[in-house]
Amino acid sequence: MKIAVCVSHVPDTATRIKVGDDGKTIDQTGVTYVVNPYDEFAIEEALKTKEALGGEVVAISLGGDQNKETIRKALAMGVDSGVLLKDDSQRDSLSVAKALAEEIKAQGAEIVFFGKQSVDYDNSIVGQLTAELLGYNSVTVAVSLKIEGDKVVAEREIEGGKEVVETTLPVVITAQKGLNEPRYASLKGIMAAKRKTIEEKPAAEFESKVEVIRMKKPPEKAPGKIVGTDASAAAELVRLLREEAKVI
Amino acid sequence: MAEENKAEALKGGEFLIKETNPETVFIPEDINEEQKLMADTVREFVEKEIMPRLDAIDKQEPGLTTSLLEKAGETGLLSTSIPEEYGGIGQDFNTNTIIAMEMGPSHSFGVSYAAHTGIGTLPILYYGTEEQKQKYLPKLATGELKSAYCLTEPTSGSDALSAKTTAKLSDDGKYYILNGQKMWITNGGFADILITFAQVDGDKFTAFIIPTDSEGFTRGEEENKLGIKGSSTRALFLDNVKVPKENVLGEIGKGHYIAFNILNIGRFKLGAMTTGGAKRFISVAVQYANERKQFGKTIGSFGAIKHKLAEMAIRTFVSEAAILRTSGLINQRVEELKAQGESYSSALIKAAEEYAIESSIMKVFGSEMLDYVVDEVVQVHGGYGYSEEYPAARAYRDSRINRIFEGTNEINRLLVVDMLVKRSMKGRLDLMTPAMGIQKELLSIPSFGEEPEGLLAKEMEAVRKAKKAALMVAGSAVQKFMQKLGEQQEIIMNITDMVIEIFAAESAILRTLKFANKNGEAAAKYFVDMTKVYVSEALEKINLYGKHAVSAFAEGDELKVLLLGLKRFTKFDPVNVIKLRREVADKMLEENKYCF
Repeated sequence: MKIAVCVSHVPDTATRIKVGDDGKTIDQTGVTYVVNPYDEFAIEEALKTKEALGGEVVAISLGGDQNKETIRKALAMGVDSGVLLKDDSQRDSLSVAKALAEEIKAQGAEIVFFGKQSVDYDNSIVGQLTAELLGYNSVTVAVSLKIEGDKVVAEREIEGGKEVVETTLPVVITAQKGLNEPRYASLKGIMAAKRKTIEEKPAAEFESKVEVIRMKKPPEKAPGKIVGTDASAAAELVRLLREEAKVI
Repeated sequence: MAEENKAEALKGGEFLIKETNPETVFIPEDINEEQKLMADTVREFVEKEIMPRLDAIDKQEPGLTTSLLEKAGETGLLSTSIPEEYGGIGQDFNTNTIIAMEMGPSHSFGVSYAAHTGIGTLPILYYGTEEQKQKYLPKLATGELKSAYCLTEPTSGSDALSAKTTAKLSDDGKYYILNGQKMWITNGGFADILITFAQVDGDKFTAFIIPTDSEGFTRGEEENKLGIKGSSTRALFLDNVKVPKENVLGEIGKGHYIAFNILNIGRFKLGAMTTGGAKRFISVAVQYANERKQFGKTIGSFGAIKHKLAEMAIRTFVSEAAILRTSGLINQRVEELKAQGESYSSALIKAAEEYAIESSIMKVFGSEMLDYVVDEVVQVHGGYGYSEEYPAARAYRDSRINRIFEGTNEINRLLVVDMLVKRSMKGRLDLMTPAMGIQKELLSIPSFGEEPEGLLAKEMEAVRKAKKAALMVAGSAVQKFMQKLGEQQEIIMNITDMVIEIFAAESAILRTLKFANKNGEAAAKYFVDMTKVYVSEALEKINLYGKHAVSAFAEGDELKVLLLGLKRFTKFDPVNVIKLRREVADKMLEENKYCF
């Protein structure tokens, strides 16, 4: 069984992001990059699936040379091999999904894991698009997963609760926090990763239909207001909710 | 490191008389991808396993620290200095330094970890027989066995060799029978084996490996300590404890080699861990300064707070520069010795001994730097710094021990001068020739050469002269007191403090220059700022320590000459340190963390 896990290389969530001078990209100075946090759940689930079903896991990432750091981390956690689809340009989600789908098809992977979203652009869309392009079933925002033979049973988060869904292979799963507890890249694993290969090739080109025109920070949130600490404040609270916030 | 640079590596203590090419020093930017991944794993481990459990660890919840040690073992963190043939992953010295730095902020757990992996494991690795290594190291690497190091006794602390514990060979010659008491034993509550020192035949100081399931072994109660409350610290009692003679570690009567050589590495590691700890605690203070508002502004916008944040960062930056510089020297020497055919163990022992002066310096510098930092972290937090609700209080009390264990800072200060003088007498380190040169220079008219130009060139020149100041004071003190210098502890401390400032200031300059050569002066702006502040204040301190020392032993014309010399060798134009510190603080406030 070939299992693929698609990983992205994103700015550390603790980094203070600044918009670059071109107004369209982020300022790279001082920004540290990490494995997309949701992809860590995807990597862990791919490894657990391999441990249960056998086979091998390949990590695929699309981006510049720096993405090799993220692939290397996946290899250190236990992934068998890596593929870097090289591309330094900015692509939209569909164009990324098309290139990934092509590689997944070439790899012959039948189970594909993604993080539910990348915390850089937060589009939450590449996993689903890839499934659609491949003609695979897909389960998004998965918090538990069981694969037996061809049958896939997964629990996914929905508004206010969870639902259990069943489907069959081949499948794309996008991982949500809670799916598992990602393992550490053990120091032995890090050393073993040195001997694993990362195949590099140019990412297949597809036209991007989305163009970034301008990037700006969201406006500063207004500070909260305390109208009182006991029941006597209720009338004022209702007035503010109705007249200022206009939510009731 | 390039071939041509290798030849330039200085011997231990030589920094006082020679210059270092910045390209040869190891700096954080030299850390490779694999080392970064390992550092990430340690940081994640500390973040996920230790930080959420600090309270439980401090309460010594039964089984918690031992299970965390085992988990660390699973992750590979206990085996980084153990070679592969003994179940470890045998990383080089620099990698071990980086890992120690990342383990730095882990409070009590870091102490348990360091005792197990350092003083608890290394004696067997370095001095054990093949059988002992095969028997113990694989289990120490996984954490299946936990270890403790027992040197101190109720009446022998700094004077370790006066230990009273005895070991007597049994009549049949198969066993040693040990009797005595050990004090302040880290991991004493749960250790499975003890590296213990005892006197054979009354005066042959010898190391033993003692399993704690031996009959006659008992543990005292947990000490109620000022800090690192989560680390187990107990008195241990040996009452006719019988161990096979195969458990002798190293040679009979050679225990002091083990004790002192292991301490060389322990001291270096302490410098690394305190540096790592400081980096994290500064971030805590910076974040608080960005959040807390008074008089309608965040407190970070006030100069008094900026001063604190910047000064914490400067000392930490300097400490990191010096610890990695030392690590790089030891690493290089280990690799050279291995290439010459020395075994892994003997290469490490020899390299650590070579740089024992630098390791003692880093023990003192790191522990005092961290104590300064945590004190100011509390202060930045104001009243909240005194509350257990905030992390500042724990950082404050846990830091204090570092100035005491692994040889008190006083003992280490004495050792620095002692080692310098001994090496000079033995001809290992030629301090005499340059010291004589300075005597002549003192009586000549100072030359007014041109101002040095280039990045930090003035600072480099100032450190060059400060070395002369230290050699002048040390040389005159040696001439004055000869063999009795040891009795002048205050003067020795003054000389060591001059030496420490020189090593620290020079390390900061070297780190900054290497960084700037590679990344450009603009990228090195804050490094330059911090180095300038540090160097300018270091020179004032060097001048002051020197004055205290010479005023104690010289008078009349001799004193006049010495004071003039000090003035000449520590002259430095004042720098606008307030402006520079503000820039450093503003950068951290913008990044919301320690960002150097």
